[in-house]
Amino acid sequence: MTNDMTENHTEIAAHEAIPTNPAQSHWADVWQQLKAHKGAMVGFYLFVTTVLGVVIGPALWHADPTFLPQGRDFITLRDTRPIYTALWDSGAKVNWAHPLGTDNLGRDTLARLMYGGRVSIAVGLTAMLLSILLGTFVGVLAGFFRKIDGPLMRLTDLFLALPLLPLILVAALLFRDPLSNSFGTEGGIFILIVTLIGITSWMQTARIVRGDVLALKEREFVLAAQSVGTTPAQVVLRHLLPNVLSPIMVSATLGIATAIITESALSFLGFGFPPDFPTWGRLLNDSVDRMVLYPERVLWPGLMISLVVLSVNYLGDGLRDALDPRIRGR
Amino acid sequence: MLTFTLRRLVLAVPTLLFISLVIFLLLEFAPGDPMAQVPLTVPPEVKEKMREALGLGQPVHIRFWKWIVQFFWIEPQVMIDSFLGTTFSADDLRVISWQTRSPVMDIVVQRMPQTLWVVGTAYLVGILIAMPIGIYSAYKQYSWFDNAGTFVTMVGFSVPPFFSGVLVIVIFSVQLGWFPSIYDTTHKVTDWNSFVVQLKQMIMPVMVLALQITSQISRFMRASMLDNLNQDYVRTARAKGLRERSVILVHVLRNSMIPVVTIIALGIPAIFGGAIITEQVFKVNGIGQLLITAIQANDLPMVQTLTFIFAVLIVLFNLIADILYGILDPRIRYD
Repeated sequence: MTNDMTENHTEIAAHEAIPTNPAQSHWADVWQQLKAHKGAMVGFYLFVTTVLGVVIGPALWHADPTFLPQGRDFITLRDTRPIYTALWDSGAKVNWAHPLGTDNLGRDTLARLMYGGRVSIAVGLTAMLLSILLGTFVGVLAGFFRKIDGPLMRLTDLFLALPLLPLILVAALLFRDPLSNSFGTEGGIFILIVTLIGITSWMQTARIVRGDVLALKEREFVLAAQSVGTTPAQVVLRHLLPNVLSPIMVSATLGIATAIITESALSFLGFGFPPDFPTWGRLLNDSVDRMVLYPERVLWPGLMISLVVLSVNYLGDGLRDALDPRIRGR
Repeated sequence: MLTFTLRRLVLAVPTLLFISLVIFLLLEFAPGDPMAQVPLTVPPEVKEKMREALGLGQPVHIRFWKWIVQFFWIEPQVMIDSFLGTTFSADDLRVISWQTRSPVMDIVVQRMPQTLWVVGTAYLVGILIAMPIGIYSAYKQYSWFDNAGTFVTMVGFSVPPFFSGVLVIVIFSVQLGWFPSIYDTTHKVTDWNSFVVQLKQMIMPVMVLALQITSQISRFMRASMLDNLNQDYVRTARAKGLRERSVILVHVLRNSMIPVVTIIALGIPAIFGGAIITEQVFKVNGIGQLLITAIQANDLPMVQTLTFIFAVLIVLFNLIADILYGILDPRIRYD
């Protein structure tokens, strides 16, 4: 019976060119297209692995990133090299208890990398969320309500004309103490950095969303929704937002990359988290002075930043291709 | 086109004024006290006098107005004086740095050549490398060259300059010892040997900056070439028997250059911002390094002026990009 059906089906397909692929949802389509993009898949798995590594890692690797060995231990445990150095340098000071070595104060590098990654990725994700929320909000408002389109877009232009990195640096220094006092050192600086990155990176999203909303709101389905008495808020939430989700997702992925880089740059320039609080940028900055003797301390945090950003960029690239119906299926 | 240019120029003035106000107000919130470095033994009334001497006693709007006058009226006069030897600005008070007690613009002018040399060379090198890569990877789309080019540009996007800079220092100056890791700005080029030294110390910062610029521009070049390669006029050009070389390098390239040129113009101010990090890595004492030290030392006039100069650059190059767009593409004339 089923055999008969399929035969019948293919016959019709041959005659009338009816697509034989089973109908599937939009997101299944996107996923299939994304799976075909090798770079995006490698990026996706790399990013997921890194996130899992820094989230679960500390539960498996019990070293305390802030533990300072005292007395004799301090001398025996400080400045340990990674174990792989023993491969070419038999006299190197290595210790199986610290696979990636320790820093000049005897703190375990692997643990510090994990905790640093937690902060860096947390900053990246939160800042991206904030910037996407802001961008979508401004974009939808500007696109949907004609009256505030002009002022909002001028505001966007103005933000684009601001020299962002200098201003972030200035603001990071100015608001550091007030926020640290009210939210605690780490919490305050986390809020500060996330807010700064968020409010300086929403402009591209706003522009893209506005353009899409402008085109979408003239379509018949919006008119139909309005004619049955849907309120503007419902039109935006039910009918417009799901349709602008694709460009938002792409800029969200790319936003993670920019946020991580900006946070590391701030930490690197000494305007980010305090010295004893590991983030990848901070670790890199702290090790630059000793990079002649201990290049691995620069290498690992830098490599982690680059790998995460690279994987996220590849993922965003693949996602853009997968979400664009014009190039899909090529 | 002229009216469009004029209109944009006129519009740029309120934008710049507003940006300067934003920067000024942001700095106004500064809880940092420029008197923080003064020893505690100095009595409070003397400190108050010192604050007034720095111009901090007056209300906000008056100080903002003074800064505007100093920046837009007195500094241009100083510039004219230094070129023509006149004395327009003889007794006027200029924007004074709190760190060095000397005019801010003098220091900026001292620091400018270093930044311009490094950043400018990097930008040129980046463009020169990016264009052929972009053209060829679009022409041979999905070939191994294209895939490798995509990978390299992705890496260029992703590796932050504070890592690539440190990496090249570790490789080329620590391990191999080819180039110095610190940029010596006092070095003067007088003969061939000193020129070689200058070249050697420039290679690494230029390389790091050029990697980023190359990756951005070659991506745009490739996308823009791809857009044009499928157009009808390309088929026409081939059909009338033009050589492939002139189809690609004359017909397609010229049309593809339109968005790329504007991207190049738009990227120039961003490069000044990005150079902040590179200058810090290679210890080039240019504009970016000046900004960092000024922020750390709470030198508000310097920070205000430098940030504003960055803003002027952005607005200016946005304008240039818009005008270039109109000139290069007659379809997009705005009047």
